[in-house]
Amino acid sequence: MTDHTQIDEHRDDEGAKTGMWIFIFTELLLFGGLFIVYSVYRYLNPMAFHMAAEELDIFIGTANTVILLVSSMTIAMAITSIQLKRKRLTLILMGITVLLALLFLVNKYFEWTGKISHGIFPGSEILHQSSQGEILFFGLYYAMTGLHALHIIVGVTFIGYVMWLVKTDDVKYDDYVILENSALYWHLVDLIWIFLFPLFYLIT
Amino acid sequence: MENGQHAHIVKYKTFVVVLIVLLVFTFSSVGVTQLDLGVYSVTAALIFAVLKSILVLMFFMHLKFDKKIYAVMTAGIILLLTIVILVTFLDYLYR
Repeated sequence: MTDHTQIDEHRDDEGAKTGMWIFIFTELLLFGGLFIVYSVYRYLNPMAFHMAAEELDIFIGTANTVILLVSSMTIAMAITSIQLKRKRLTLILMGITVLLALLFLVNKYFEWTGKISHGIFPGSEILHQSSQGEILFFGLYYAMTGLHALHIIVGVTFIGYVMWLVKTDDVKYDDYVILENSALYWHLVDLIWIFLFPLFYLIT
Repeated sequence: MENGQHAHIVKYKTFVVVLIVLLVFTFSSVGVTQLDLGVYSVTAALIFAVLKSILVLMFFMHLKFDKKIYAVMTAGIILLLTIVILVTFLDYLYR
């Protein structure tokens, strides 16, 4: 009996994937709760949210949206390529995903430092002199994009780990559920950004 | 999935087409919010966001090709979120 059959006996791909989906549901509810907080405060402070949102750079927001959408496509393609037994292409596609994710974080870094150098950050002098609504807007902006950026960092680490598994052939054409799960996590990050982007950048 | 059940292989081309549609929706939502439509710009931006998330869920996250149970569960969670949002706003609008 080879190692292979033994591994197969102890595998539960369906279970692994179901577990990942249930985890994704908890994430959706977490961000869903934050979106409710955002919408209620927006409803209560329409003018302040309108003014504060104009401070955000639509160009950076759009660029980051494009970056995340493309990276979502490349990780989805990585699954197709591992199914077709094309290991090298799988690694390249995953590598592109990781690079795009890092690019997203670089953009986020410049965006945040730009805001902070203008004195807009929680607890700053300038925000203290602003209206209640603007304080709420920027508090939510930092909390929600910050939590999202944290998810990006986790996603990059996860995908990087799976890249290693692909490299060592622990993940291959007939055993790739962890790659699917890392891709699902990445799409979740994309999904959340799809709503963060219009709510913070576009609706001014 | 694998393990002898159906291992549906999605074509690269499908993903490229989905990405193009997603990008078109993104630029449309940026464009439409630049126009001065008042309340409708919020609605328009959110409609584009919903369309985009449906595409991501169906194609990138394989819901269209996987067992139906995943799609049913996802729909259930979205329904739950929608109800909570609705009830919260009923409270704020009519208190």
